[in-house]
Amino acid sequence: MNEHELRRLIGDVKVGKLSRRGFAQRMLAVGLTAPMATQLLAVSGVAHAQPKSQYKPTKRGGGGLLKVLWWQGPTLLNPHFAVGTKDQDGSRIFYEPLAAWDPDGNLKPKLAASIPGREDGTLAADGKSLVWKLKQGVTWHDGRPFTADDVVFNWEYAKDPGTAAVTSGSYKDIMVEKVDQYSVRVKFAKPTPFWADAFVGTRGMMIPKHLFADFIGGKSREAPTNLKPVGTGAYMFKDFKPGDLVSGVINPKYHQDNKPYFDAIEMKGGGDAVSAARAVLQSGEYDYAWNMQVEDEILSRLEKGGKGKVVISPGGNIEHIQLNNTDPWTEVDGERSSIKTKHPTLSDPAVRRALSLLVDKASVEKHIYGRTGIATANFINNPKRFVSTTTKYEFNIDKAIDILEKAGWKKGADGIREKDGKKLKYLYQTSINQPRQKNQAIVKQACQKAGIEVELKSVTASVFFSSDISNPDTYPHFYADLQMYNNGPQQPDPAVFLRQFCSWEVASKANKWQGRNITRWQNKEYDDIYNAAQKEIDPVKRAAMMIKMNDMVVNDHVVIPVVARPIVTAVSNKLTCELSGWDNNTWDLANWFREA
Amino acid sequence: MNRQYIIRRILIAIPSLLGISVILFGVLAMAPGDPFEELATNPAIPPEVRQALRAKFGLDDPVWQRYVHWLSAMVQGDWGFSFQSRMDVDMLILQRLPVTLIVIGASQILAISVAIPVGVLAAIRPYSIFDQIASTFAMIGFSLPTFFTGLVLILVFSIQLDWLPFVYRADVDATGWAFYWEHIKQSIMPVIVLGLAQAGALVRFMRSSVLDVIRLDYVTTARSKGIGERKVIVRHVVRNALIPIVTLVALQLPAVFGGAIVTEQIFRVPGIGSLLIAAILANDTPVVMGVTFVFACLVVLFNLIADILYGWLDPRISFR
Repeated sequence: MNEHELRRLIGDVKVGKLSRRGFAQRMLAVGLTAPMATQLLAVSGVAHAQPKSQYKPTKRGGGGLLKVLWWQGPTLLNPHFAVGTKDQDGSRIFYEPLAAWDPDGNLKPKLAASIPGREDGTLAADGKSLVWKLKQGVTWHDGRPFTADDVVFNWEYAKDPGTAAVTSGSYKDIMVEKVDQYSVRVKFAKPTPFWADAFVGTRGMMIPKHLFADFIGGKSREAPTNLKPVGTGAYMFKDFKPGDLVSGVINPKYHQDNKPYFDAIEMKGGGDAVSAARAVLQSGEYDYAWNMQVEDEILSRLEKGGKGKVVISPGGNIEHIQLNNTDPWTEVDGERSSIKTKHPTLSDPAVRRALSLLVDKASVEKHIYGRTGIATANFINNPKRFVSTTTKYEFNIDKAIDILEKAGWKKGADGIREKDGKKLKYLYQTSINQPRQKNQAIVKQACQKAGIEVELKSVTASVFFSSDISNPDTYPHFYADLQMYNNGPQQPDPAVFLRQFCSWEVASKANKWQGRNITRWQNKEYDDIYNAAQKEIDPVKRAAMMIKMNDMVVNDHVVIPVVARPIVTAVSNKLTCELSGWDNNTWDLANWFREA
Repeated sequence: MNRQYIIRRILIAIPSLLGISVILFGVLAMAPGDPFEELATNPAIPPEVRQALRAKFGLDDPVWQRYVHWLSAMVQGDWGFSFQSRMDVDMLILQRLPVTLIVIGASQILAISVAIPVGVLAAIRPYSIFDQIASTFAMIGFSLPTFFTGLVLILVFSIQLDWLPFVYRADVDATGWAFYWEHIKQSIMPVIVLGLAQAGALVRFMRSSVLDVIRLDYVTTARSKGIGERKVIVRHVVRNALIPIVTLVALQLPAVFGGAIVTEQIFRVPGIGSLLIAAILANDTPVVMGVTFVFACLVVLFNLIADILYGWLDPRISFR
């Protein structure tokens, strides 16, 4: 899909020939995330859709206790320190952002009165500033009004390096100023096509200025409100035991009428995923369970209990195999996989292509992940409605053999292909996790048939995913030829995620392996496109660049995408809740209700 | 009781507690992993944040320096704070200690109140039908691991019969009798799992201990004096047979805390054990140190209690 075609489609949406949803689906088909698609519409002057609510209760409260199960309980309740989704989900019970991402990737106002847009002039044409209009009459749980001062404070709090907020990435490069009591202006140094980062979704939860003002910077840990949140959300804080329990009671002054339905909420932590699934699907003791990292086969069996169902929401995560571009077996200046080296065999495009043909994604989906991992050709994709027009995948051993033969890789006496004395022998590593070990075995088997020897290695997850600079087994070191893990944009915009293929991001000893480019692939054209995309004010041109970047890494076999990993949850049959792969599990908690 | 003796015992405990803390700290420092590793994998979080946090929490200092820092704070009563939740460690432990003590206490009481009568009755009539049955159940009790019995109980009583909840909730939203009833209902399964595993071993010990004592001459003398059989057993036999049992119970308590960690995970009991597991997985050094310190203190304390009980059971045992 090129720029011209995109413009035609946007025009169709404007005049009503194409629905917003239809547009989003077409964007998905070319590898663009749904939020990106709706942003395209917003910046091109098409109003955001007002998602229709299916909320049925006609009065506030009366729903009793909502019991939800997080098998890893939240350990802290300050959203600016919330590291994992568990902490963000727990904070989200009490705190709200200005706007949230719904499942279709639309922005839904929460504390904002409306979403910034071109039509009312709140989104600047040059992409360098925008104005958030705040909802009036919102109060914090302690009765104080929520105003523009609070929004400005959240920016000051998060960007202060002394605070060490994990949200600082979204706030450190922007300027925020108060326009009036109920509107703030956000200014960017450069034109910023994806503006809905600060104050939005997982990174945008608002904390009250009057309780945190004295605890900015180095004193941030000492704020008593860190443990006793005072927010604007549908539930007010009751009790918190880190790792075990977060409980809240109904906020009688919540800023949306007739909400919430439940009188209290209890988020229980601890235990394991299988028994959490059991408590929702089989015994019905709980209404909702988070992150069902359980084999699909077991989930299906538990679903027969009839008390609940497994809900799968598309997200951005991708289980993928990385191919090392540098030589992991030669040490240069005290580091292996140094950018000064070149991989002796994987640098041959024919070998990379053959390897990609040897990954049987369909079998991985069918025999390992089931509904919880969908075979894909794309690195950036939304699994549920994924149809690719520009990339495709194939499992074909004969074709792989053919490619290798033509490139001059002949079988040696031991059955392993070689050329100029270099053998196709690879070390393939991943973390210890049963599905991954099965996945490794499937790849190894196919490679063997094609005359490539693969040695498997599995590393304890706590070592593999650590950032320990002295441990050679971590994934950023990449002291192997191939490695596999799961990662995702974690944010609706793919740009930050795609930064991991930029030349300057190469992980090395010099930057203590903190660079994001683990494959050490370097390509000038990719860098240029990335830089241009960062500056590109025209959202349509930028979108075309994103698609191009995805295609480059896929077609060049920098990585071999295997399966897209959606978000899997267990929900009671009686509970109605809307889940979004682009935001927290509890993003829409105020609208949850139980069918009578 | 000799107060000097108790003070001396406590003083002796100090070097061993110090030794334990040095070893623990060293092992934790050598173990791979990083409390902020989740920050490293998230592309949206700048690496500076992680560096700032590491510097702020003193993780970049040499190990010995961190240990000295921890120890000097500990001596002044400052347990430090958790890297994960930023909450003070003593608060975290205090939140969870009551549940641990209630569940472990109840299971110990259950174990003792089952094991002593069963063991004594089995020993009085060795190789009778009762003895055979008791021995068989005792064997089963201590052979089956708690994670297995726990799962079986859940499948039977929660899934099939739907009688008992299998998720333990420390905050029960009820008052009066309903509050206690809810607590009892949810404690039944974890207490049974822990208690019966303990009781199995105790029955075997109690039985052999009573068998040893019941053959001794003074028991025959007591009987020949014409004291009733019940009195002979309770006053003369059981009291003496209890001495090795006291040692066993006291020395097994740390093992019970270990077993409780597994049971706590299965039933989601928010005890000190699940706190320890979560802290170890997250490389949360201050919490691991705090919890293991509490465990070490409990072991020392129960050993002391056992010694004091000896004196009560057998006045000939003196304290010097």
